[in-house]
Amino acid sequence: MRLYEYQAKEILRGYGIPVPKGEVATTAEEVRRAAERLSVGRVVLKVQVKAGGRGKGGGVAFFEDPDEASRWAEGILGTEFGTYQTAGQREQVKAILVEEAVQIEREYYLGITLDRSRGRFTVLGIPQGGVEVEEVAERSPELIVREEIDPLLGLQPFQVRRMAFRMGLSTEVLSQWRDLLFGLWRAVSEKEMLLCEINPLALSQRWTFVALDAKVELDENALGRHPELRDMVPPPEDPLEEWAKRYGLNYVKLRGNVGCLVNGAGLAMATMDLIKLAGGEPANFLDVGGGATVEMVKEGLKILHHDPDVKVIFVNIFGGILRCDTLAQGMIEASREISFDRPIVIRMEGTNVEEGRRLLASSGLSLIPATEMDEAAAKISEILKEG
Amino acid sequence: MAILIDGETKVLVQGITGGEGRFHTKRMLEYGTKVVAGVTPGKGGIEVEGVPVFDTVKDAVSETGATASAIFVPALYAADAVMEAAEADLELIVCFTEGIPTHDMVRAKAFLEARGAKLIGPNTPGIISPGKAKIGLMAGYIHREGPVGVISRSGTLTYEAVYQMTKRNIGQSTCVGIGGDQVVGLDYVDLLELFRDDPETEAVLLIGEIGGTAELEAADYVKETSYPKPVAAFIAGRTAPPGRRMGHAGAIISGRRSTAQSKIEALREAAITVIEDPSKIGDTMAKLL
Repeated sequence: MRLYEYQAKEILRGYGIPVPKGEVATTAEEVRRAAERLSVGRVVLKVQVKAGGRGKGGGVAFFEDPDEASRWAEGILGTEFGTYQTAGQREQVKAILVEEAVQIEREYYLGITLDRSRGRFTVLGIPQGGVEVEEVAERSPELIVREEIDPLLGLQPFQVRRMAFRMGLSTEVLSQWRDLLFGLWRAVSEKEMLLCEINPLALSQRWTFVALDAKVELDENALGRHPELRDMVPPPEDPLEEWAKRYGLNYVKLRGNVGCLVNGAGLAMATMDLIKLAGGEPANFLDVGGGATVEMVKEGLKILHHDPDVKVIFVNIFGGILRCDTLAQGMIEASREISFDRPIVIRMEGTNVEEGRRLLASSGLSLIPATEMDEAAAKISEILKEG
Repeated sequence: MAILIDGETKVLVQGITGGEGRFHTKRMLEYGTKVVAGVTPGKGGIEVEGVPVFDTVKDAVSETGATASAIFVPALYAADAVMEAAEADLELIVCFTEGIPTHDMVRAKAFLEARGAKLIGPNTPGIISPGKAKIGLMAGYIHREGPVGVISRSGTLTYEAVYQMTKRNIGQSTCVGIGGDQVVGLDYVDLLELFRDDPETEAVLLIGEIGGTAELEAADYVKETSYPKPVAAFIAGRTAPPGRRMGHAGAIISGRRSTAQSKIEALREAAITVIEDPSKIGDTMAKLL
């Protein structure tokens, strides 16, 4: 789960990591007042969206006059914002972070992230931070400084020193660097972050480190033991996604015409691939999960039914933990609450498949059965052609 | 032959008194797996499906000689269960639990590595050596004994692939779900190595997904070792919309991209047969053999 920059900075501040003075604002008037209150020569305004690449996308601007800042905010608040990193997806700008603009001497990259192939957290540093950091890393991988953190011992002082020397830091800032790194690791391990990235980490003209930007990804599986972080979880934006979330369904709304209900994320993605090969476009990703109940199946189908983009529904279930009779029951219960007006292609195999088929056959539901995935694909393709 | 488990493997089930544990203990016994013990703290002394239950893994091992564990313990306690199993010197640990906090798993994995125990999962459908034994959630009937080794990150998609093969009379030596989480135990490379040395396995099927770099590492391994057996792969998620990127750390740490397309290219470069259509997995394996 990704946090907004202002939330990430709020957490880091609690671990003694210096961040610029600032306030978050949701209206143009609040932006003006925040800019006045900061009473610094120059402020920076940053749109609060979760995508990276905001600077290049026009979501960051500097102002000396609070009224000008307010006018810029007026123009961008409420708009749909996308960057080169969002692949066409956009996000509404609901808040702006107003901060004191820092005079920068040098920029670094600093992050702690999970190295999946090692199963361990690693500190990454690059002496040239900023927006081009990936290009720098690709062009000159020798500049990347890494320290793998021993999961049983934690970050060690010698690693912090070694990083400082390899990053070319001067000895005057060593004690600051040490506090910064230990603070960062403490934040990552105590809040159970999967990623904490400070880019750029600035060395100001006053020779102090300041985290100019921060990206944090929290572990949803650990949120249960962090009540203090729960307020940071934003509600889903799409009403169908919100509905799905209420019932513990893993649903993502897309723009296609074939609604699909599948168990398991891998099979769900493969089903979407199949729909595309059949000439359709997936209208959603919906993984009802291994432990799906009758109610979850029912609500999942209702969600597909309420999606106006859906022209045909494809139910693809390979019963494992989820038994086919549970699926059948869910479908039957859904049909009591809504009347399906679009064709449903169903492919079902696995645990208790006979019982599932028997239930559906005696339910009177009008379904288009398929025994294999390619047969299902052919039937979907036929329906789409008929329009 | 098969890898990791066979009809002689003695299995203990951690969390045997819970709903899932009980249900799958029964299923595993029916399939022929030697389930010799169960563990639920505080429930020592009772029996589940005729299997004696112990309070601790250590007791269960010393009383029954179990060598492998199946873990059905809730997410917040599962990493602890994995460590308890490793500490009792079990050779193979299969953890089914979904949703284990990542930091817990990072610590458990380090603990395991220090003890030399093998972990499958977490968040896995488990492992099956058809006709011999299973420590898993998969329906036994879709499998049959045969020459294909299967390694997968997904659950139901593996069932689908196996089903397509079995329908075409292509059996499997062993099928292993490595687990869908970010931190897992055995990975593609570990299992490719085991299948290489297994005389029953004539070909290997890899089932991967977008995200992470595990499939890229598998491709490197196959290429660098001139892997002696034919390998095919399906990568799910070619049409999945790219997620919004979060920061640069992912790209910097691996220096590689985790999209379906970049994985497919790497696999092809390693002379692995890439299956594009998920309904053609069985057909492709038939041609490959």
